[in-house]
Amino acid sequence: MVKKMSEYRADFPILNQTVNDEPLVYLDNAATAQKPRAVVQAITNYYYHDNANVHRGVHTLAERATQEFEAVRDKVAKFINAPSREEIVYTKGTTEGLNWVAASYGSTHVKAGDEIVISYLEHHSNLVPWQQLAKKTGAILKYIDLLPDGELDLTSARRQITDKTAIVSLTQASNVLGVVNPIKKIAALAHQHGAIMVVDGAQSTPHFKVDVQAMDADFYAFSGHKLMAPTGIGVLWGKSELLADMPPLEFGGEMIDWVQLQKTTFKAAPWKFEGGTQNIAGVIGLGAAIDYLSAIGMDRVQKHEQQLVNYLLPALLEIPGVTVYGPHDPAKHSGVISFNLAGLHPHDVATALDMEGVAVRAGHHCAQPLMEWLKVAATARASLYLYNNLADAQKLVEAIKATKEFFNHGTI
Amino acid sequence: MALSKLENLYRQMILDHAMHPHHYGFLKAASHKLELRNPTCGDVLNVQVILKNNKVAQVAFSGSGCTISQASASMMTDEVLGKTPQQIEKMVTTFSKMVTGNPPQNYEEILGDASVLEGVAKFPARIKCATLAWKAIYQALANDQQESTVGFMRHDQ
Ligand SMILES: Cc1ncc(COP(=O)(O)O)c(C=O)c1O
Repeated sequence: MVKKMSEYRADFPILNQTVNDEPLVYLDNAATAQKPRAVVQAITNYYYHDNANVHRGVHTLAERATQEFEAVRDKVAKFINAPSREEIVYTKGTTEGLNWVAASYGSTHVKAGDEIVISYLEHHSNLVPWQQLAKKTGAILKYIDLLPDGELDLTSARRQITDKTAIVSLTQASNVLGVVNPIKKIAALAHQHGAIMVVDGAQSTPHFKVDVQAMDADFYAFSGHKLMAPTGIGVLWGKSELLADMPPLEFGGEMIDWVQLQKTTFKAAPWKFEGGTQNIAGVIGLGAAIDYLSAIGMDRVQKHEQQLVNYLLPALLEIPGVTVYGPHDPAKHSGVISFNLAGLHPHDVATALDMEGVAVRAGHHCAQPLMEWLKVAATARASLYLYNNLADAQKLVEAIKATKEFFNHGTI
Repeated sequence: MALSKLENLYRQMILDHAMHPHHYGFLKAASHKLELRNPTCGDVLNVQVILKNNKVAQVAFSGSGCTISQASASMMTDEVLGKTPQQIEKMVTTFSKMVTGNPPQNYEEILGDASVLEGVAKFPARIKCATLAWKAIYQALANDQQESTVGFMRHDQ
């Protein structure tokens, strides 16, 4: 029996509480997602029954732990349609994955005068590693411009990506503007010019079906915690031939093949990147989160969130004094909605909404160049996930109206 | 209604200061100045001071921020006029204690009108907004090189 979308909410104990005497409405999912019982139980089970170090022991627990740890690689491969389980590298999150590509692939393939192309949309973790790489190698960091509604400007992309471009790195879905980038088109452009395509999947993997082969990416990074797995676990996927000649970044236990006094040979990918004892419980939790999402079906997750956006976006736009950033057409806007209230700083808005039990983020969302592009210091941001419902969206709209009212009755 | 709790934070005097900040602008001949950034929200605050006979003769601030940070900056400028750096240092530590919920007994005496910001203690996420201007004047006075330096609030401050 397939459960109705409305039934999944009950799987999240944390949602069943009051905050400031109001029922909690959690709308900060772009920062991190809540965890269903299934994920917490998988981790508890692992610690209660199977805990052992992986790849290092002949005893039964070690064998069980290793099997579970490695089985998740298959789950991840299937989840993002990677051609091989050996292309799945465990990381601590998107940030680490992108840093590894920059530090390992980047420092061995990028030279002075080469170009690295990103966009104004990027999260700092898909910006600063490239800035550092450019600084170290003498490469040039270039930005693809955005259209007035925040969508990627393809004309600018064609202008910025040239024969000198070595790496193009873009987010698949924006953590601020709710736009989804046409990765496939940009990847084709990058490949025409001999560049590789790196994709930040932090905000897309949790919300819709990802297919790394169909988008023709070369590297793809995402975080477990945004798709209901624990913090501290993530994945870097890379094409086998690229991973094969990338040097490892951390040396020590696990990642070695044979160590002699003066030289060492390393394991093959992905293991050569996984130095030291890994976040085994995190991997188990990631597997459980992927099972949970797969049982629902990513298409249903996406459809559900889209229905909420179809209500929420026009409802916000209707409130006088509300500015929504990014496309105003719900069909072009994913479940991340950034907004401001005229005359009010988003911090004041977020505090007021918190008093109504509504959790939103306020700030620059780790995207300061984008804030500059938007010509704002900061925004408030509401972001949805599969357990949010129409009542949550309605409560946000009511709470924003009440916030306006409150500050209007003051002198502001 | 839950928003009524907001009145503990956004007192009328705070809203007035945020709306019509005192000493907003720049000083031509500042003897001490500093730009302080709050990396968590991206707010930037400039504080400039003219010290005469070891007392604050003039003070100004500029920058954009939330109601709390703007009001706090405005009140800070009112309160530090005529004070010595030593007195100001005491005010800054008193302010910091007040907004973290441990005000010394005579905090109202030391902080004057700025003690109206004590409600911030119940809103931990907003403590940094309130302390930004106070940290800025403290660091500005400690910086007697006369040139503008950029300071950062650390996460643990
Ligand atoms: C678009 C985007 N990229 C990268 C990240 C970084 O993810 P993490 O902090 O899990 O490494 C985030 C999360 O905040 C994000 O939203």
